[in-house]
Amino acid sequence: MNNTIINIENLTFEYNGHDVESVKALNKISLEIKKGSKTSIIGRNGSGKSTLAKAINALVLPTEGRVLVAGFDTRDEDRIWDIRKTAGMVFQNPDNQLVSAVVEDDLAFGPENIGVPPEQIRVRIRESLESVDMMEHIKMAPHMLSGGQKQRIAIAGVLAMHPDIIIFDEPTAMLDPEGRHEVMEIAAKLHKEGITILNITHFMEETLDSDRVIILDRGRIALDGTPAEVFSESEKLASLGLKLPFVIELANGLRAKGFDIPQGILDETALMEEICSLGGRHAG
Amino acid sequence: MLRDITLGQYYPGYSVVHKLDTRIKIILTFLYMISIFLVGDFIGYAIIFVCLAAVITISKVPARFILRGLKPVFIIIAFTFILNMLMTNGKVLFEWHFIRITVEGIYNALFMACRIIFLIVGSSLLTFTTKPVKMTDGIESLLKPLVRFKVPAHELAMMMTIALRFIPTLLEETDKIMKAQMARGADFESGNLIKRAKNLIPLFIPLIVGAFRMAGDLAMAMEARCYRGGEGRTKLHSFKIRRRDIMAIILFLVYVAAIWLERIFHLQSLLF
Repeated sequence: MNNTIINIENLTFEYNGHDVESVKALNKISLEIKKGSKTSIIGRNGSGKSTLAKAINALVLPTEGRVLVAGFDTRDEDRIWDIRKTAGMVFQNPDNQLVSAVVEDDLAFGPENIGVPPEQIRVRIRESLESVDMMEHIKMAPHMLSGGQKQRIAIAGVLAMHPDIIIFDEPTAMLDPEGRHEVMEIAAKLHKEGITILNITHFMEETLDSDRVIILDRGRIALDGTPAEVFSESEKLASLGLKLPFVIELANGLRAKGFDIPQGILDETALMEEICSLGGRHAG
Repeated sequence: MLRDITLGQYYPGYSVVHKLDTRIKIILTFLYMISIFLVGDFIGYAIIFVCLAAVITISKVPARFILRGLKPVFIIIAFTFILNMLMTNGKVLFEWHFIRITVEGIYNALFMACRIIFLIVGSSLLTFTTKPVKMTDGIESLLKPLVRFKVPAHELAMMMTIALRFIPTLLEETDKIMKAQMARGADFESGNLIKRAKNLIPLFIPLIVGAFRMAGDLAMAMEARCYRGGEGRTKLHSFKIRRRDIMAIILFLVYVAAIWLERIFHLQSLLF
C-alpha cells in the first residue's frame, strides 16, 4: 500500500470577487503528504496557506484540480464527513472554536456529531484531555482558561474524534510565547504518536523540527524540502520576505565572519556545541 | 468591571434538588406555577409556603439569594399591590379625597402580591439549582416530541448552548473595545441620556462586526468537527429517571392533592 495520506493534484482555488476580478488564492499546487510525517507550511499573509489548509478539510472546494484525503475526494459530498473525521483542524482564534460553556461538553461535541455512543465519548474525553495534560480542567468554562490552554482544549476536541491527520492553521498566532511553546510541544508529541501533522504558521522557529518545509508564495509553492535544504536558500527566502530562524541566521552570520560552522544546524543545542568546540580550538 | 456579571443565577450545590432530572424539574416547576392559580385563599397559600420552604431548605440555596431574586420585580409587586388596594370595592376602611381603601382591597392586594412572590420564588428555584448547560439539554429533550410538528428542538438548544458559551467572550470583547475607544478619547459616562446613547455607537458597531466574525469562525470550526445538525447525533449526557425523580413526582402529587382538597372544602371559610 502506498503511504501517501494527502494527495493534492493541480489544485487551483479562486475567490469569487463580486466586483473585482477573481483572485487565485491557490495556483496549480501539487503535493503529496506522507502518512506520519510532520510538514510545515509557511508563507506571508495572503500566500494562500490558510486556504490550502481549508481545502484539505473540504471547507473550501477546488476550482480546478483535486484533493484526496485518505483516498477520499473532497468534492465527493458523501465522503465529506469521513474526510473531516480523518483530518481534524485546529484554528487560529482560541475563542472562536470552542462550542460549549464546559470543557467536557466541548470535547464531546465532535464525537457526538459522528454518533459515538455516550460511554465511549467519556473514554475519549478522558484520553484526549490526558494527552494535552488538561485533565484537571474538565469541568471548567473556556473563558476561565488562558489562550494556550484554550488551544490545548481545541486540540483535545480534535483528538477526541480519533483523526489520522491534524491540520494546525496558525494555532499560535494569537498566543503568548508560553502558550506557543505549550501548543508546539503537544504537536510534537502527537507526531511521535503517529499522527500526521500539518502545521501552517508564520513563525520560522516552529518549522525546524518538521520533516518537510513548504514555502508558499502568492498561491504557488516557492520552496519545498527538508528544513536544512529550505533554510540553506537564504537569498531566495529573503526575496520572499521571510526571515530565517534565529539559529540559522546566527550560524550563517558566524560562517560569514570566517568561523568554521558546518551547514545544516537546526537547533540551539547543536549550534551551542559547535561554538563551544570552536572556542576550544581557538583558545589553543 | 463587566466581568463581574454572573451568568444566570446558578447556585452550585449537590443537593437532591440539584441532582433531580432536569426534565422532571422543568415540568414540575411548570405545574407548580399552574397550581398557584388554583389556590383561592390564604390557607392554600400556607400549604404552598410550607412546601416551598421545605424544597428551599433541602436545596441548601441560602434564603437571601432567593430574596435577592425578588428585587428586580419589587416594583411590579408594589404596583399590583397598590392598584388592587385602590380599585376594589367593598367595606370602606379609610377614605381621603379620591383615595378609598377597603377591607377587600387589602385582602386582594395581599393575595396578588403573594401569588407573584410564589411564582417568582418557585421558578427561580429552578434556575438556582440547574446548570444552564443542563437546562438547554433538558429543554431539548422536552421539545423533542414536537420535532414532528417542525419545532426545531435541537437547533434551539444549540443556539442556547452557543449563547451561554459566548456571553463571557462578548463581555470581554466589549471591555476591550471600550478601553480602546476610551484611549482614543471616547466618553461613555457624561452627558444626558440621548448623548450617552449616541456615544455608545463607537462601542456597538465594532462589537457587532466582531460578533459576526466570531460567528463565521465558529461555524467553520463546527463544520470541521463534523457538525451537521441534530440528526444522527449522540448525546454525552443522557437523562435517566432515578428513584429520587419518582419520589419527587410522588411528593408533588401529594402537594397537588393537598391544594385540591383545600380548594374543594374551603377550609378558610370554615375557620372564619
